[in-house]
Parts: sequence; structure tokens; C-alpha cells
Amino acid sequence: MTDDTRSDISLRVNDATYQLAVDNRRTLLDALRDDLSLTGTKKGCDHGQCGACTVLLDGDRVVSCLTLAVVADGADVTTIEGLAGGGELRPIQEAFIRLDGFQCGFCTPGQICSAVGMLAEHAAGWPSAVTRDDSPERTPELSEEEVRERMSGNLCRCGAYPSIVRAILETSVREAVSK
Amino acid sequence: MNANGITAAVGEPRPRVEGRLKVTGSAAYVADVPMPDLAHGWMVTATVSRGRIRDIDATDALAMPGVLGVLDHRNARRLNPDAAHHFGPDRGLPMLQDDAVPYAGRPIALVVARTPEQARAAASALRVTYDAEPHDTEFSMNHPAARPASTLFGPEADTGDLEAELAVSTVVVDEVYRTPEENHSAMEPHVATAWWEDGHLYALDSNQGPFSISQVMAMLFFIDRDRVHIRAEHVGGGFGAKTICGAQIILAAMAAEHFRRPVRVALTRRQVFLAIGSRPPTEQRVRIGAGADGRLRAVHHHAAFALSPLAEYIEWCTEQARTLYAAPAIRTELSAVPLDRLPPCTMRGPGATPGSFAFESAVDEVAERLRIDPLRLRLLNQPAASPVSGRPWSTRRLITCLEEGARRFGWAQRDPRPRLRREGNLLVGTGVAAAAFVAGVFPASATIAAETDGTFSVRVGASDIGTGARTALIAVAADALGVSTERIRLHIGDSDLGPNPGAGGSRGTTSCAFAVTEAAKALREKLDDPARPVTVTVDTTPLINWRPAEERNTYSAVFAEVTVDPATGEVRVRRLLGMFAVGRVINPLLARSQLIGGMIGGLSMALHEESVRDPITGRLVTADFAGYHISAHADVPNVEADFVADYEPQDPSGFNGLGEIGNAGVAAAIANAVWHATGTRHRTLPISLGRVVETAAPRDRQEAISAV
Repeated sequence: MTDDTRSDISLRVNDATYQLAVDNRRTLLDALRDDLSLTGTKKGCDHGQCGACTVLLDGDRVVSCLTLAVVADGADVTTIEGLAGGGELRPIQEAFIRLDGFQCGFCTPGQICSAVGMLAEHAAGWPSAVTRDDSPERTPELSEEEVRERMSGNLCRCGAYPSIVRAILETSVREAVSK
Repeated sequence: MNANGITAAVGEPRPRVEGRLKVTGSAAYVADVPMPDLAHGWMVTATVSRGRIRDIDATDALAMPGVLGVLDHRNARRLNPDAAHHFGPDRGLPMLQDDAVPYAGRPIALVVARTPEQARAAASALRVTYDAEPHDTEFSMNHPAARPASTLFGPEADTGDLEAELAVSTVVVDEVYRTPEENHSAMEPHVATAWWEDGHLYALDSNQGPFSISQVMAMLFFIDRDRVHIRAEHVGGGFGAKTICGAQIILAAMAAEHFRRPVRVALTRRQVFLAIGSRPPTEQRVRIGAGADGRLRAVHHHAAFALSPLAEYIEWCTEQARTLYAAPAIRTELSAVPLDRLPPCTMRGPGATPGSFAFESAVDEVAERLRIDPLRLRLLNQPAASPVSGRPWSTRRLITCLEEGARRFGWAQRDPRPRLRREGNLLVGTGVAAAAFVAGVFPASATIAAETDGTFSVRVGASDIGTGARTALIAVAADALGVSTERIRLHIGDSDLGPNPGAGGSRGTTSCAFAVTEAAKALREKLDDPARPVTVTVDTTPLINWRPAEERNTYSAVFAEVTVDPATGEVRVRRLLGMFAVGRVINPLLARSQLIGGMIGGLSMALHEESVRDPITGRLVTADFAGYHISAHADVPNVEADFVADYEPQDPSGFNGLGEIGNAGVAAAIANAVWHATGTRHRTLPISLGRVVETAAPRDRQEAISAV
């Protein structure tokens, strides 16, 4: 039923494939939430300024509010619902609970998806604005400063930042392996 | 451990009971709950700061696909013009009633369509014209419209002979401090889904107190409160912005009635900035006189804040001046300046947070001019009883907070002189501030049923907006019933659960804990009854505040270390330590998180946050997170918060609330540290790059340095 305002797309989300006819204006965020009932991904600003809607698109972290659903046609999407396989929490999810890495919990799905994507970027050797040694051969040490810099696209108004950083650092090795 | 071998849950660091839901994306916030036959409302807001709507031409909008209709003042149902909330009547609550525009951002229409995209597109096709009138949005404490603020919180202080004490003081600090309009910026934008059934209104609404919102909605829609059913199971932060009955639920309820189907109104981030109240700007003159011995003789704190003529409001900035220090003469004054601006709304640490910035900066200036260590000055002037009322404190562990904080921070090694420490290009400084926040409880009710399966259903209209109320109240109920937490089934976040103040004023959890404790006490007397379930309901109205002769507060001492780059003006907080006296702590893991979060809010206020209004149009120009920066990961160091041993004798379990005390004090501690680093006193928040950068040696900095 493709007309000039709608498009047929295929999305692979959390290892399931969906065929959707979406309004061309529909963002990936709204498609996940309203068409696929995957409401774990949150809308905090709809402007790409808060990071609450962060998901993994073909393994890279993106803000799904600035990604049109039609652009994600054929892509592989991982949302917070898809991170824990078979009911088993990932190490970082367990650490968020144990270290109290959230209060209201609204930014949490974005923080966790962003952290998983960030750890992969780091493992691949990507430098950040605070990386001192920018030699491409060397992966920068994942310091508190590096984590803070790399996670700065994810706002948390409750101020859970110190616990979030601790949870990420504590699980970074295991998360890098479990990816 | 009790006689049954059950370990006490209160006092244990327990992770949040809803933690698994929140880290897997399964916690259902308002906008996550599906609703059959749902229509979507898109709010339209006024673009002039004062005037009248000449016309709303909806011809094009109504012809667009999926559009069900447009609600505005010409077809909207009548609402109660006298509806009120905790500050009294609020003329801002009845929306879409007439053509008047009292402020830019005022909701003036709602476009309803089958999908959010259709509603949004149609809203942008609405043609609104205005007859604009001259507006006045520029705040200052000397504004001719300034008037005494409401005394709903009690009279302002006036003890001793202020002018006489000032006249005999060795030093007198007389300075003006300013804080800007600030926005709560809870991560979840305000959203409501409403529907009507058989004359009953149902709503899922992102708020901080479903019961109080149901009272306001009942008034607005002229129906019995029993016919209003509001739920808020998970709420994505509030910080005060969701204590009010927001535009989202009022408009959703109006549209659901008009279009006879469920309607969701989800505000955009921009609309939250424009249409949901914020902390008002303040201007505060503080005069403090002190003797050469460091004793304060006179304290005068005159604070002014902006509000709207639509509703009464109090930004109680003068609390610190009447609580923190002894002085023979103390006078406080509070002025309100009505302007054509968005009506303000309490924001985390209301009054105390901007008030503490002004007052504790001024106290630091006294220490500076007397050349006394600022910590010593604060310790020298601790009152044995309230310096204004003379009433005793129920508990006051502020001295312990100051002394223990100083020990952990390494204050003893500090050289008090400013601008002496350099690390490369950076100047380094440290600062301290004390704070108090009035504590207490509000009436609440709780129902506990002993079920046949051995569990206990606890029903209390609490809100968990991230405070940890859910986890805390389970522990309180378990201990009060003498059972393990696994046997408690807690139900919260619903206006049908009985009278409740909601999460606000640092009183949500303590008020609910009081009710739960009393209900458990009453239930235990009936537990010998073999018939189950046994149910008991207790309303705490006649029980609370049984020691009115004592003043009840929470306290903090905050220590900050900053670095300042004079070439760029960048201030970075390197260390932040808070010591808190907040009564007996229910859950140290969650309480510490809440206090650290509050401190980060204070850091954000000190360095980043500023809502800017264009003086020509009166409109907010910072209505998103690019224009309004709140602290991000990279702005925040390791923040430490800890508690001193404390017990509140006015509470049956020794508790006090701690939602606000984390914020208050932080901005002053940071500002005092910036002075210590640079020699420049910053009396206007935020201490942003442009205010700090040193392009030339300013005169006041030279004066500050030569004064030492």
C-alpha cells in the first residue's frame, strides 16, 4: 500500500523481522514504540539532544529520534529489550541495578544501549576528544574521563552519572566479550 | 533481627525493587501504555507575551488527513475559573476559555488526529493571528509592580534592632545576588492519556501526586473527586515540575470528552519549556553585619522573585537567614513581582536553593572581609535554638556535618587567601557552604490487608518519580509488620489509594512511611483474628506534627574544589563532598544516590543553567537542551555524599525527607570556591564562561586580592 506519504520497509529488530508500511515522516523511534510496541526506547527530546532514544543500528549507537524509519529499511536494530538474551541480564544491566545507576529510569535504556555501543567503539580503537594518544595503533585506556566524555550525549537529570560511570567501568571487559 | 528471625529492612542498602524493569525497558511510563482507539492531541501555544487572539483559522488543518478536530476557546467546554491548588486559586488552570493571552507559551488550541504525525502537521497548518499588547517580562527587585509575597508559609522574620546592630558592626556586607529562571528538565516530558466512562474521568498522567492532581481535576471539571481516577505507576523524574496539574492532562481530558474517545497529549521538550512552570528568577539583597570577633550582629535578607498575576506562588529564599546562624537582629523580606511570564512552579529545593546561593555567598564575604576562615565563621555562629522564634531544634547535627566534612575534605590544610594556587594554566580553589531545609510530614492515608496467603497488601498513594519511594516503603512496611520484604505487596501511584500529598517538599516518603507505620501498628492488633483478609486503613491527619514546639529541618555542609581557566573562563568542579543530617536513613544506597543527584543539580545550576527570555518579544529563546544546558557526564566529577548519625524525634521512626537538601548549598560552595581560586566574587548565576574569562584585569578582582 505504498502511496506518496507511506513506504513499505523491512526492519530486523532484536533478531525478528518486521514488514511495515510507515508514514514517511515516522521516525525510527516512533516506529519502534508505536508500530512494534517496543516502548523501552524513550522519547526525551525528539531533537537528538538527550540520548534517551539511543539504539544500536547495525551495531552502532544512533539517536532513533533523528533517524527516519525509512532510512533504517533493511537494517538490524537492537533495542534495550533485545540486550538481555533469554531473560538473562547482561553484566552492565546487573551492574546498573547493583550500583544504582538510575533513579527515575527514563534515560536508562538509552544510557545502557549507548554504553554497549560506546564500549564497542572503544574496543575498535576509536579515540575521543579527551584521548591523549591519538595513534591509531593503540586503544586508549578506558579511564573515568574517557567514559564521561564518550557518554556525554546521554543526559540524566536525576544525576546518576557517578554510578553509571562505575557500572560501565566495572563491566567493560565482560561487556566487550559478550558483545 | 526480630523475635521471628527477620532482619530489619530499614537501614539496609537494597537495590530498587523495580530495577529489573528499568534496565530492560519493561517499566511502563505513561506514554508506554497502549490504548485502543487512541487519538493524539497536539498542543498549540501562543507566540505573543500579552494580547488577544484575533482568530484561529483551522480551515486547512481540518481538511488534512486523519484530523478529528480542533479545540480552542470557541468550542471548548467551560472549566471552573476558581480551581485551586496548594498556593490557592490558579487562573492559569482553566485553559482554552477565552481569547486572552497572558504569556508566551500559553496553550491556546489542541489539534486532535488519529496519529501524532497527522496532529502535528495539522497544528502547523493552523493560522493564528493576535492583537498583541505591550508586555512586561523584565524582572528586577526594584520593579514598580513589586509587592510583598504571600505569607502562606508564615510571617517573615523581624527580631532585634537591625539598623542599630549594623551601625555597631565592624564589617557590613551589603550585596545583591541574582539567579536566573531555571527549568526542571525531567527526562520524561509531560504526557497524559485520558478517557471518560459513565461520568468518570480516567487518566494516566506523568505527575508527582495522583491524589492531589485528582483534586484539582475534579474542581476544574465540576465533578466529585471520587469520579476522577489518575494513575502514574512509573514517572520519569519531576523535580517539582509534575507537582502541578499540567496542560497535558487538562487538555487530554477536555479532548477525550469532546471527541468521545481516549486522547493522549504528549508535550514536546520545547512545549515543556514553554508551557510548564519553571523556577522563577530571583534578585536578593543580603546585608550582614559582624563584629571583629566573628560574631554576626545583624542579618537582613530581602529576596524578590517573578511570578504571574494568574496565580500566587512563593519562592521562599529567606529560609537560610532565619535558620543557619545566631544574630541579635534578623530581618527577612520576600517580594513578588507579577509579570507577563509563564507562572512559576516549585523546583527542587524551592527557595532554599537560590536563597542559599545568595545568603551563603554573603556569609563567605563576611569571612573574607574579617579575614576569618569561612568554616570557623560558620561554626562560631551556631544557634542553640531558633534565632527567630526561640524554639528548640528537634535535632540539629549541622556542626557535625561541618566538622566531619572538613575532616574528610582536608579543610585544615587550606590557605584562606584567594588566587594563590596554580596548576599549569589553571587556578584552584575550595569553598564551603551550609544549608537547611524545612522538614515535616503532610497527612496521608494507608491501607494494609493481611491476605490469606500470608502476604500483606499495602496500598498508599505514593509517587515514585525516581526517589526510591517504592523500595523504601516496602522496607518500612516489612519492619512495621515484623515480616520479610518478600511478603509485602505494595501498590502506589493511583489516586484511588486514598489521600496523599505525593512526592514533593521532601515529604513524600516520610508522609507515606508515617501512614504505613501507623496502619501496620493498627493491623498487628487485629492479627489474632483468624478471619482473613483483615484490612486496616489509617489516615494520619490527627497523628502528625505532635511536637509543634520544635523546629524541624534537615541540614548539609557542602565542600567544593574547582579549577578555573582564566583564559577561557571554564570552571570545572574537581571534588564535591556533602555531609548530610537527614534523620534515620531508610535505604543508604538510594538515599546517597538521591543526595548525589541533588548535588549534581546544584552543580548544574551553579555553572550551566539559564533560561533566557528575549526582552523584545518576551519569549523563551532557550527552549531545548542545546540552548539550556544541564550537566552532562563530562561535567560531573566523582561526587561524595554521606550521612551523619541522626534521628528525627518528631517522626515515629526517626525519618526525615531528603529530596531537596542535596541541591541547596552546592551553588554557594562552588561560587565560594571560584572566589578562592580567582579572587573574583560571582554574585550572578550561572558562573558561565563569559562571566569568568579574564580579558583584562578587572578592578573588583584587584580589590579582592588587595583586601587580603
